[in-house]
Amino acid sequence: MNPQLFQLICFYAFGFVTVTAALSVITLRNTVHAVLALVLTFFSAACLWMLLDAEFLALALIVVYVGAVMVLFLFVVMMLDIDQEKMREGFVKFLPVGLIVAAAMLVEMLGLIGVRAMHMQVMGADPAAAAGTSNTAWLGHALYTQYLLPFEVAALILTVGVVAAVALTLRQRADARYESASQQVKVNPRDRVRLVKMAAERPVDESPVPPQESKS
Amino acid sequence: MITLSHYIVLGAVLFCIAVAGLFINRKNVIVLLMSIELMLLAVNMNFVAFSRFLGDVSGQVFVFFILTVAAAEAAIGLAILVLLFRNRSTINIADIDSMKG
Amino acid sequence: MGLSTSILLTIALAPLVGCVLAGFLGKFLGRAGSHSVTILGVAISCALSFYVLYQLTLGGAETYNQNIYTWFQIGHFNASVGFLVDRLTAMMLVVVSFVSLLVHVYTIGYMADDDGYKRFFSYISLFTFSMFMLVMSNNFMQLFFGWEAVGLVSYLLIGFWYKRPTAIFANLKAFLVNRVGDFGFLLGIAAVLYFLGTLDYATAFGSAPSLIGKTLQITAGTQWDAATVICICLFIGAMGKSAQVPLHVWLPDSMEGPTPISALIHAATMVTAGIFMVARMSPLFELSQSALSFVMVIGATTALFTGLIGIVQNDIKRVVAYSTLSQLGYMTVALGVSAYSGAVYHLMTHAFFKALLFLGAGSVIIAMHHEQDMRYMGGLRKYMPITWITMWIGSLALCGVPFFSGFYSKDAIIEAVGESHRWGSSYAYFCVMAGALVTGLYTFRQMYLTFHGKERFTVVAHHGHAHHDAHDDHHDDHGHHEPGVLEHAPKESPWVVTLPLVLLAIPSLLVGFFTVGPMLFGNWFGSAIHVDEANNVLAELGQEFHGSLAMALHGFTQLPFFLVLTAFAITTYIYLFNPAMADKIKSALKPLWTVLDRKYWVDNVYFAVFASGGVKLGRLFWKAGDTAVIDDTMVNGSVSLIHRIAATTRRLQSGYLYHYAFAMILGLILLLGGYWFFGSGPIGSGLVGQ
Repeated sequence: MNPQLFQLICFYAFGFVTVTAALSVITLRNTVHAVLALVLTFFSAACLWMLLDAEFLALALIVVYVGAVMVLFLFVVMMLDIDQEKMREGFVKFLPVGLIVAAAMLVEMLGLIGVRAMHMQVMGADPAAAAGTSNTAWLGHALYTQYLLPFEVAALILTVGVVAAVALTLRQRADARYESASQQVKVNPRDRVRLVKMAAERPVDESPVPPQESKS
Repeated sequence: MITLSHYIVLGAVLFCIAVAGLFINRKNVIVLLMSIELMLLAVNMNFVAFSRFLGDVSGQVFVFFILTVAAAEAAIGLAILVLLFRNRSTINIADIDSMKG
Repeated sequence: MGLSTSILLTIALAPLVGCVLAGFLGKFLGRAGSHSVTILGVAISCALSFYVLYQLTLGGAETYNQNIYTWFQIGHFNASVGFLVDRLTAMMLVVVSFVSLLVHVYTIGYMADDDGYKRFFSYISLFTFSMFMLVMSNNFMQLFFGWEAVGLVSYLLIGFWYKRPTAIFANLKAFLVNRVGDFGFLLGIAAVLYFLGTLDYATAFGSAPSLIGKTLQITAGTQWDAATVICICLFIGAMGKSAQVPLHVWLPDSMEGPTPISALIHAATMVTAGIFMVARMSPLFELSQSALSFVMVIGATTALFTGLIGIVQNDIKRVVAYSTLSQLGYMTVALGVSAYSGAVYHLMTHAFFKALLFLGAGSVIIAMHHEQDMRYMGGLRKYMPITWITMWIGSLALCGVPFFSGFYSKDAIIEAVGESHRWGSSYAYFCVMAGALVTGLYTFRQMYLTFHGKERFTVVAHHGHAHHDAHDDHHDDHGHHEPGVLEHAPKESPWVVTLPLVLLAIPSLLVGFFTVGPMLFGNWFGSAIHVDEANNVLAELGQEFHGSLAMALHGFTQLPFFLVLTAFAITTYIYLFNPAMADKIKSALKPLWTVLDRKYWVDNVYFAVFASGGVKLGRLFWKAGDTAVIDDTMVNGSVSLIHRIAATTRRLQSGYLYHYAFAMILGLILLLGGYWFFGSGPIGSGLVGQ
């Protein structure tokens, strides 16, 4: 089979899956199902990227999105107690609006992009292969040289994201008991124990005799 | 054979599905977030396609960064969502109108 | 030999020092200290003024013209304080300082019981200083300063008894009417600066001929002769200050002020500032025949018609006030026929006899315990002989009886008007001639009503309130008296009052006889007054002048004298022999009498049009401009507009996320659509078009 034709068939197949899954994401009644449809969308999109020789990004998409982000979504969806029916309110009512807006946008985009001109653009040789390396090496070289600073900044953003997410969701329970190690270390004995000096006491007489003088 | 327009059209279609998703799922914050993820995917699709067809690595580098930012965004967004649900016991957008003028 | 700067400065500043000392340190100086220090200041000025006059006349001194102090400088414009002292100035200095000195002395007697004694002395010294600055100025700026300063002092003094509502009304009226004139004056000064580029007299007058042919577009399409515009504007200032029709209304009301002030300011000196100013500006006025005609017609109207009002007045001071208006009209007419020296000469003689008449009237008022109504006087001759004699001298001078000083100046004016061929001069001639008759009528009427005939007052012994020091506490408040009822018999005033009368009677009697030759016909003023050859009516008269004796004798055969004689005869008959006649005539000529008594309704028109019109205009601006436009539309309007816009746009802020998302996407669609529609084709072709 002509490899180009095979590629085209693969594109249409994955493209169909992607679009169908994307449509499922926005239409499915159950949110868990919608998340799973999104996973499918990402998966098929990753396959499409494979067709474009972007192996690293395709795998990153699967690992990062499907493996981390979507699981997070799934986790949140399952954690929260959501009234599914209530969430569907207005679905039919706004369907026409959504469709009209989406259709108008699509027409405008396609008109603006100039599909015909793009159509002349044929896929050439793989640039990574032309450079004699793999796609990952090609991308990594660019990242660690030309885009080093943005790369570090991206790392920082991720850190901030983690800290922010934790800070937002961290909850101090009012009824929980904690030990304060620093206060325990800093404690001064004089604050806790007071030594009092006092005169020694005589044992009390069983039957004390009242002094005679008091009578007179 | 595959041309650039195939991917661009696919990206546009994905984007418009995401826009439609914003409209028809106007109550569910989680679906809204997922629609945004779809939009980002559409954009990434374009980036990768252009990068491949023009032989420029920058496009793929951008996709890398977008993935990074999107991951952080999803994490914070979901954190806010959890917080919201914890405080107001709902994620219905219609109930969240404290910005009303 | 020139004049000394220090002498001139002393003349100007001595009264100011007196004013400051009496005004600010009056508490320490006391009454006697206050009047001593101010009188000393004015006396120094007076003596030095005489010295300056002597220097300029006989000592052969040159005209003094120097800037002494630079006030400020803006670009090429230099505002300086300087003195121009020529014979015109010297004459004014002598007149002002002499009358002022006598008024100072007189005030000691007149204001003896008043609480504002020190304040009064401070004011009149300030006035003297201002007047000196006005007449000695060598530029328009300083002239205007002096002009406004005398206006201010006039305001202060008319309202001297500031607890009287009428006095407050009168001083406000005087001030406002003067503002009208001052506005014209200021415009005139501005026009001088605009056309001649300088406010210095010498420079401006030197380049005055360059005004010929220049025009000014005031209203669209009409070109006005520059000289005419300047002169008329300046003259409007003079009309305000010298109380010419139609800005004369303030002067009779200004009689609310104390009598010494009426004598000093509203008769002898300040009101003549306008006359002096026009005479000083003669090089400018000579350039415009139209302006001079305007001056003449205004003056003639004032001379006749205000004199007519004087006939029906009953208040002794008001009669004198209207006679002042009339005499100022005479001076203005003289200016209008280019007889500037005639005007200034009349100014001088008038200053003496009018001050005399006013001070005499004040003396009568003192004797009558501040009763000013002549209907409750009569027969005062035997109580106050000095006042009587001096008043007669002043009256005869006022009427222009030959040999009296008034005759020379007034006759010269009438003759000059007769000689003039300027447009309107026949009207002016009629007015001044008729004015002579009218002058006689009101003057003799006043004299008869006051000093002759039966006593129309009764003297009542003190009943009960002998110790009620009415005129210690309420000097100005004698309204509780029954009119015509006095507590004491009238008696002659103290020497401080009569001395000025006598001292003023002497020049009223003699000054004309000795000075008319040189001052009027002998070109005594020299370069101070500039008259074109063609307009010089006085020079024509001067050819027929053969000494003051001959002039006086000739005066007996002239029409004005017969008119005065007629007036004398009529008034003598009516008021001495047939007192009932006056009322009969009055009822016979009721409409005419009403017109005169109402003062031609000028005041009423002003009240109706300007005063209430001003109030209405003010209310309109308040309601429409301030309240409606500024408050409601601009201030509160912008607030409520913002409030309304905000209330509308607030609804757009639903707070729902999907509304904002919808708006964003709608905007994006519109943007893309616009770009697609108006842009240059698809972007894809440009992007990957290789």
